[in-house]
Amino acid sequence: MCKVDVQERILAKNESTADHNRSHMRAAGVLCVNLMGSPGAGKTAVLEATSRGASNDLSIGAIAGDLATDNDARRLQAAGIQAEAVNTGSMCHLDAELVHRALHHFRLDDVDLLFIENVGNLVCPAVYDLGQAVNVVALSVTEGEDKPLKYPTMFAKADLVLLTKTDLLPHLPNVSMQAIHDAIARVMPRPRVISFSAVDGTGVNQFLEWLKEAA
Amino acid sequence: MHEYSIIQSLVDSVEIHAARHPNAAVKRLRVSIGELSGVDATLLATAYEVFRFGTICDDAVLDIVPVAACWSCVRCGGEIPKGEVLRCGPCDAEAKLTAGDEILLDQIELEVQ
Repeated sequence: MCKVDVQERILAKNESTADHNRSHMRAAGVLCVNLMGSPGAGKTAVLEATSRGASNDLSIGAIAGDLATDNDARRLQAAGIQAEAVNTGSMCHLDAELVHRALHHFRLDDVDLLFIENVGNLVCPAVYDLGQAVNVVALSVTEGEDKPLKYPTMFAKADLVLLTKTDLLPHLPNVSMQAIHDAIARVMPRPRVISFSAVDGTGVNQFLEWLKEAA
Repeated sequence: MHEYSIIQSLVDSVEIHAARHPNAAVKRLRVSIGELSGVDATLLATAYEVFRFGTICDDAVLDIVPVAACWSCVRCGGEIPKGEVLRCGPCDAEAKLTAGDEILLDQIELEVQ
């Protein structure tokens, strides 16, 4: 019997494609944001509101991953965002190769900010590096205060949590923002949270400021 | 469930390593899976059982070594127990993950024929 010590990351190939994507985006001067969250957390609405709130000199692009349909990409295009749909079929996440292929259809020189709207899922997308500069997780106030404790990997990798749908809080007497913040602090080493509402515009400017600092 | 695509990557990687030993059969693999890697060990084992047939791993046993998550203070190195706020009180410093995010192929055992 011969034992071969390998000590190799199983997703090394994905990571090398992700690094390739990252270098493309750096060279084009684009800040790439991997936007993740549950289905229905409000990821597309976050992008629409961000586009509405952004000044005219900030050009936004998006790659929208979904199992099926290009509905999100069409919504984003209607909001003035250069958007490309990526259908993953049965795959529960985007990987670096899918993003790489989508980037080839993209006019990177025309955008300052590229969002990758990942497939709605709090588990699988956290595992795959896509070549992003930062990870942002959208968590809606209706999802349950202990959601971060249930999905620690996703929040451990996040650079920012957008606490979405805060306009609903008056109708949610049992939801405590303090409990959500406490749960995040137990799974996210540098907790950074922005309260956000795509309906009344809460947090949009703060998010744009955060993006400017990250760029 | 992304465990199938992890197994696909694992088998691809084993093929590359095994190609350097042309007259050997793959008999055993050892992988390390961290508690905070986002990969579920049970699902990974199931995916492997389904996927290995007809591949280079057809006759190989998969050993999965679980690695517990460990958070430590970036300043003093003291451990911050799981479930606690990820901040070192005495140092007023953040925690970093020192173990538990592994998705590693550790070792391949080959039988020379």
